Amino acid sequence: MLLNLITPELGLIFWQAVVFLLLLFVLGKFAWKPILKGIKEREASIADALAAAEKAKSEMAKISADNEKLMNQARAEKDEMLKKAQQTAKELVEEAKENATKEANKILEEARQLISSEKKSAMAEMKKEISKLSLEIAGKLVRKELASNDAQKTLAEQLLNEIKPN
Amino acid sequence: MYAAIRLFLVGILLTFSLNTFAQHEEKEFNAGDLILHHIADSHEWHFATVGETHITLPLPVILYTDNGVDVFSSSEFHHAEKKEITNAKGEKEHALVLKREKGTYVMTHDHITLENGGKLYDFSVTKNVASLFLSAILLLVVFFSVAGAYKKNAGKAPKGMQSFFEPIFVFIRDEIAVPNIGKKYERFMPYLMTVFFFIWFNNLLGLMPGGANLTGNIAVTFTLAVLTLVVTLFSSNKYYWQHIFNTPGVPWWLKTLVPIMPIVELIGVFTKPFSLMVRLFANITAGHIIILSLLSLIFLFKSYAVAPVSVAFAVVMNCLELFVAILQAYVFTLLSAMYFGGAVEEHHHDEHHHEDKHEVHHA
Repeated sequence: MLLNLITPELGLIFWQAVVFLLLLFVLGKFAWKPILKGIKEREASIADALAAAEKAKSEMAKISADNEKLMNQARAEKDEMLKKAQQTAKELVEEAKENATKEANKILEEARQLISSEKKSAMAEMKKEISKLSLEIAGKLVRKELASNDAQKTLAEQLLNEIKPN
Repeated sequence: MYAAIRLFLVGILLTFSLNTFAQHEEKEFNAGDLILHHIADSHEWHFATVGETHITLPLPVILYTDNGVDVFSSSEFHHAEKKEITNAKGEKEHALVLKREKGTYVMTHDHITLENGGKLYDFSVTKNVASLFLSAILLLVVFFSVAGAYKKNAGKAPKGMQSFFEPIFVFIRDEIAVPNIGKKYERFMPYLMTVFFFIWFNNLLGLMPGGANLTGNIAVTFTLAVLTLVVTLFSSNKYYWQHIFNTPGVPWWLKTLVPIMPIVELIGVFTKPFSLMVRLFANITAGHIIILSLLSLIFLFKSYAVAPVSVAFAVVMNCLELFVAILQAYVFTLLSAMYFGGAVEEHHHDEHHHEDKHEVHHA
């Protein structure tokens, strides 16, 4: 009976082979295939989802970095614009000032010129008037001086004296 | 639905035959006989003996002789003539002699022969075969429902029985198949999964009270080992055979003048599945023998005082056997995967890759 234990029975080998091969076929086709496919697909979808999440995260980081960059750029631009505007304004003021000074100087110069020409003409007028007056005065004086004969004689002599040394 | 199930159960109960055997009456308790009877195959499924009434499920006997196929119920042997015969060794044995149209059958120790010594092939649905059918139905029901769950919650988290089995599926794939077989693992998955769950389920069924010792039967482990060998040989590539007949790193004269290496390697092809056969058979049978021996102590000592000790040890052993049930399924599957891996292994010129593969083999 102990020997029976280690002697394979033909009948059981037959049934075992038939049942096992049937199981292998049926389970392989209708159980293991959908099961392994299901596990694989789920794993793939989880891996995809994780990858997508990672990608979204990095994209978000990129977007916020971009935003930061844009903000900085905008700020820099604004600063520059402000600076430029200030400069322009300053320049404008400067120019206006310069122009005003120039204009003022011009007006001043013109006024000065006018004054000097007026002065000149006034002086000339005055000279004319003065010389006219002086002549009149001199005429009157000469007439008075030379009213006597002696005076006329003395003058003539004096004039002669003045000419002689020459 | 419930009515149908109840009808089915009542039907099964009615087929149990309650009969009395006189031959055991005056016998002394023999632990060896009891244990061998429990681990051996039988033509009827014996569940219990109450007083002198044996509760058994009679099973179909299918015999093929020169007179053709003869199918009848094993309960017919209850009406057979009891004889005491002398066997070839000169020992006296109890035998049941059944006369039927197609021949006279003699049953000794559940082994049927023809009285006239003619050829007889026994394809009976024995206790083990019935248990095999039962386990096949169980496997189909369980894994069809699990496969259905995968279709129903596709892409979602596993539920119920599906979530119980999923770690095992993933373990077989990622810890057994992929590391030992490599890239070509997928084509071996159906075999590895079937073998794992077949062995595990049947180991557990064998531990049930009244269960059959299917995976502890040499015919079953023989068939499984042969299938592993067949799959290995049919999937082998030229490198597998090159490794056997022209083993790299061995002096040339050991391969030609004194061909020790090819012979040893060729024997190895067969000893590997042989070890699979013996390992599973011995582990499961030994577990059954230990539990039965512990329980037999009660009857050997004829004392109730021994019972608590025996039962305590038997419970501990049973827990260990529950572990051995899955461990042996794992070992058989793992070693099968290793043999497949050896058969499909490609030898690349890439040295680094080569070393990697060998590391896996040693691990």
